[in-house]
Amino acid sequence: MKLRLAHLYPKLMNIYGDRGNIMCFERRCKAREIEFVLDELSIGDAFDPGAYDLVFIGGAQDAEQRRVVDDLRDVKGEALQEYVEGDGVLLAVCGGYQLMGAYYRSADGAELPGVGLLDLWTEHPGADAKRFIGNVVVEWAGETLVGFENHGGRTHLGPRARPLGGIVTGFGNNGEDGGEGAVYRNLYGTYLHGSLLPKNPRFADHLVALAQAKQDGDVRLAPLDDMVEEQAHAEALRLATRRSIIRRGR
Amino acid sequence: MRLTAAILAARAVAALSRGLRRGGGTALPGLIAERVDPGLVPTLAGRLGQGSALVTGTNGKTTTARLVRGICREAGLRPVANSEGSNMMRGVAAALAESARWDGSFPAREKRIGIFEVDEATMPLVARSVEPRAALFTNLFRDQLDRYGEVETVATLWRTAVRSFPSEVTLALNADDPAVASLSDVALGRVLLYGVDDETQAGGPLEHAADARWCYACGTELEYTVVFYGHLGHWRCPGCRRARPTPDVAVSALTTADDGMNVTLTTLAGEVSVHLPFVGLYNAYNAAAATALAVALGIDTKAIERGLSGATAAFGRQERLAVDGRSVQVILAKNPAGVNQVIRAITADGAPKHLAVFLNDDIADGRDISWIWDVDFEILSGSVASLVVSGRRAWDMALRLKYAGLGERPEVEHDAALALRRAIAATPEGGTLYVIPTYTAMLDVRNILGRWAGRGAFWEGDGR
Repeated sequence: MKLRLAHLYPKLMNIYGDRGNIMCFERRCKAREIEFVLDELSIGDAFDPGAYDLVFIGGAQDAEQRRVVDDLRDVKGEALQEYVEGDGVLLAVCGGYQLMGAYYRSADGAELPGVGLLDLWTEHPGADAKRFIGNVVVEWAGETLVGFENHGGRTHLGPRARPLGGIVTGFGNNGEDGGEGAVYRNLYGTYLHGSLLPKNPRFADHLVALAQAKQDGDVRLAPLDDMVEEQAHAEALRLATRRSIIRRGR
Repeated sequence: MRLTAAILAARAVAALSRGLRRGGGTALPGLIAERVDPGLVPTLAGRLGQGSALVTGTNGKTTTARLVRGICREAGLRPVANSEGSNMMRGVAAALAESARWDGSFPAREKRIGIFEVDEATMPLVARSVEPRAALFTNLFRDQLDRYGEVETVATLWRTAVRSFPSEVTLALNADDPAVASLSDVALGRVLLYGVDDETQAGGPLEHAADARWCYACGTELEYTVVFYGHLGHWRCPGCRRARPTPDVAVSALTTADDGMNVTLTTLAGEVSVHLPFVGLYNAYNAAAATALAVALGIDTKAIERGLSGATAAFGRQERLAVDGRSVQVILAKNPAGVNQVIRAITADGAPKHLAVFLNDDIADGRDISWIWDVDFEILSGSVASLVVSGRRAWDMALRLKYAGLGERPEVEHDAALALRRAIAATPEGGTLYVIPTYTAMLDVRNILGRWAGRGAFWEGDGR
């Protein structure tokens, strides 16, 4: 068994410890003796839709996002669409998630057209608007996802995308409709950035299993010793949902 | 009148807060002084006979400002300085209010110089109030993104501030950090650059924590002939031909020796050779930064040499305490680049290490803990003899360390005192325990260890 992962723009889209997600895929594959092959694709590199079982794109600062978007649309766009329509598994986080949509309108009103793989659009309501920053808990498929969000843009979903989950605490897509992230076929987008997968091992395994199922039909992943993972998950859940937090200032 | 009221109010609050032992009491007095007289900072700063200098940047502010103060004292000056952890406007206000007489005059006025450590984002505001003679920019790394948004935001703030400085202001800039060195393009006044020339200190390929890898002017990916750490090194832009400028103050040789290191600095005014009581290339950068700022202030190399030689570690920065027959070193963890340097420094000798790692997620630590995934903890794999993990996000840290290969189930103890006790017990007598806490955890750790070591709480021990 083999899992071939394409990491898109690892140098440019890596602002919030995104490599933790790659390390998680690698670790959980290797522990099951699934051969793990990692390709890093940057600007100018073609994307071969038949060559990968899993694709990851992380978050970035605005300046880097602007560098990436032309390449994403013009060089990789068509091939990525073929991959997604063929039920290829893709995880897009934070800035990468925004780029999957129709467009991103920044605080100064400039519009950045996205790759259009997800039926959604993102608008930054202006420099004075509140940034959505903090710990997040999401209800996902009867389980919880825990993480951290930090974004100014508000994302709205069209009819061809559904939210990844419902917000328990935090802001999510737009702070209004209670939705977090988006799913279309096997394309998953989320604002939960950085170290999302290591402490959400069930979500990580869900993606690995989806990627394997494309090759081998029904896949059962052997359980792993996730004691530390589950403790980190529980701790994040506890801290995020605690009502009154007594803080010590500086 | 108002000024006097502000000064007296600040002093009263400071005394009261020390009396109540409320953690150093550094923020409140300044806040109150500014409330009573919003003109306090510009007025008092204007009365300092030798003017002021600002120290800003992501890493190295505290140690560098401390080194500069030591140098100033050797040069016969009397520095007025804010204390670490209080590097916003209110910290500067508190320092000025506490050093002035009740009528707003300064004793030994002509020898007074303000050496202020300021937060990267607050720097423009403080500069407008203080009108410094010189400003030092150390480096720009990702740090507490939840607080500042983005690295690029801070870079833009700095460029705007530097553009507004009158031509009398001298800048001291890190030549090895492309984002900092590029500030010389917009400076009107004199610029002194510092950097590391000793290429034997090269740290290999760019780390995961590297930030400014693209030319700010033309957007091309930068090329490096030498990388020291993070994105610091000998860089050039293949697009617009900008390149690392030749430093005026350069670390020309660096060797570790006797619980510290020997550093040779080449300056326009001659060579400075010193022994420093701490290790790590980042501390050599701090010494070079302090030297550049001292040169900018017109201080001679003899005083610089004496000032650097008399340096001691700032609290929580490789400070050593003796507890139960063990040497305990507390090293503050601030951001990926800083922690990578700490790890490199302590693993340099290859011997197995005893560690206690503390991760909190208060505002001062950074609410977002995803930065721990950008730290190359993997370097520690195979050289850890004992490990205890603590802090409010202990399990997140334990998970990161598990991934780094430091054990399938690292020992977790949330209670700081218990965690330290266990870590000390796991360290053999005569051995060294390295404690690596984030900021608010360091305050706890330092107080607990201070008690055990029979020393006072940190605000009594931290000399200005």
